[in-house]
Amino acid sequence: MKRVLIIDDEPLARMVVLEYLQNFSNEIQVLQECGDGFEGIKAIMQHQPDLIFLDVQMPKINGFEMLELVEHPPQVIFTTAFDEYAIKAFETHAVDYLLKPFSRERFNKAIEKYLAQAGHTPSPKPTEALLEAAAQSPAQHERIVVKTGTKVKIIPVHDIEYLAADDDYVSIFTPEGSFLKNKTMSFFEQTLDPRHFARVHRSYIVSISQITRIDPYEKDAHLAILKSGARIPVSKAGYVKLRQVLGI
Amino acid sequence: MSAQYTLYSRLGMVFAIGGLAWAALQTYILHSFGFEWYVAGMDSLVSVVPLAASCWLIDNNLRYYQPGKGSYLNLLIWCVVLACLSTLAIRWTLPFLNLGQAHRVFLLQSLTLRFFTSFLAIGWMAMISLIWYVQQDQKENEKRKAEAEQLARDAELYNLRQQLQPHFLFNSLNSINALIGFKPEEARKMIHQLSDFLRGTLKKDDQKQVPLSEELQHLNLYLDIEKVRFGHRLQTEISCDDHCNEAMLPPLLLQPIVENAIKFGLYDTTGQVTISIRAEIEDKYLVVMVQNPYDPQTARPHHGTGFGIRGIQRRLYLLFARNDLVETYLNDDIFTIMIKIPQV
Repeated sequence: MKRVLIIDDEPLARMVVLEYLQNFSNEIQVLQECGDGFEGIKAIMQHQPDLIFLDVQMPKINGFEMLELVEHPPQVIFTTAFDEYAIKAFETHAVDYLLKPFSRERFNKAIEKYLAQAGHTPSPKPTEALLEAAAQSPAQHERIVVKTGTKVKIIPVHDIEYLAADDDYVSIFTPEGSFLKNKTMSFFEQTLDPRHFARVHRSYIVSISQITRIDPYEKDAHLAILKSGARIPVSKAGYVKLRQVLGI
Repeated sequence: MSAQYTLYSRLGMVFAIGGLAWAALQTYILHSFGFEWYVAGMDSLVSVVPLAASCWLIDNNLRYYQPGKGSYLNLLIWCVVLACLSTLAIRWTLPFLNLGQAHRVFLLQSLTLRFFTSFLAIGWMAMISLIWYVQQDQKENEKRKAEAEQLARDAELYNLRQQLQPHFLFNSLNSINALIGFKPEEARKMIHQLSDFLRGTLKKDDQKQVPLSEELQHLNLYLDIEKVRFGHRLQTEISCDDHCNEAMLPPLLLQPIVENAIKFGLYDTTGQVTISIRAEIEDKYLVVMVQNPYDPQTARPHHGTGFGIRGIQRRLYLLFARNDLVETYLNDDIFTIMIKIPQV
């Protein structure tokens, strides 16, 4: 028996999935319906489901962002009306994606595909690759979603002062404090807009608009002084990059 | 094409009448010098032919070729040459008519005078043609420019109106798909609402303004569909004075605004969302205010300057040539957009 969640902000959309799932009442049990990503996170942590049906466009945080915040994401079947990023991302990585409105036949196919996969590979494939692909969606360039304890914090990208490597995590520094995100520095180097952010050091990415001064520091190295007073080390290569971006 | 032909045939007639009038005048003048009517008439008829030919030539030339500013001198030389040629033609053809010795002497004596009158007539013709054809060209240019502008505007307005999100359409179809299973009557109703709504977006002519009541009716179709989709989460308040109902506004102006409000209202908050729409007449403006809740903490950047609002601004600019008809306000957790539509 597979345990599933349905996460979609439109009640009727959840209804369709519920109705179509009645055909599989022997194999699949619906644990809960969730109306937004927050409920989704809570329900996933509580139930550890095998599979979720996930909409992309949802209040506050979208489906991708919700998945990012879940530590061991379950298998995903996306149900979305129209999202070129979703299609691009999930053609290769998700169990399946269903374009609304979908027919019963199409839905059955997705379920059968999932059941067949689940039979062969008992432990679900990590959804990492899927998230990499999802990171290309435009919402990802505008804000970063992090979890602090049980709360979800949405950080608009323009609030970021700088990012610092912190073991396997990255610390994101904002006027409201710092937040941890389990991503790599190179991930942020790639996703953040290079016109506004520069990786000035192996362990630091800095928001260019925050820099007030660059001072020489020891041999070949520099220090960037930010508006907040923070002093960020700038490596030799980082200094070259900074000069390029600033046009000096 | 046919219009041009009639224009040219009319021009030909004016030409013929002008030529005959000229000949009649000359006949009268020659007669007053003491020549017989026959002699005067023959002289005039013969001398008007090269003159008319010259005029026709210069007019025809200017029809297809307008000299630039520097080549007016060329035109003058042309006039002189043509005047010379017609005078010479008269000088050598008239004697063949045997109009008498007195006439022969008069002809030779009056050659200079004839040259100058010809020159003046041809010059006058050149001037008239020049002005006429330049004006004609200008008119055509203006017409073309106006047409191009109209086309561009139509295309742009069309594009701005195409903001109907595919999201909306597909999600509505998905809701219908759900309703068919357990509430077929409601599914049917929603199909009709959706059809009416879509039809309403298609048939509208942008240049023709519609009364607010009609626009609100269309808006209600849209809101009803959205309410089915989002269930209890979406509430709407519409307030509109009775005398506002007759106020005119461009068609489908409000729908993208409300769509924007719903999008940000529903996707920026998780609770119940009330979208309020208020219409008033103020001075000579119809003022429509649309409000939606939003979360200032997490609102997506660029909120309020999104394509929806820019599109409305552009559209009002195209229609009224004014940039100050859209205003937006953010206070606490309410986003307000106010648009003013000038009433005539």
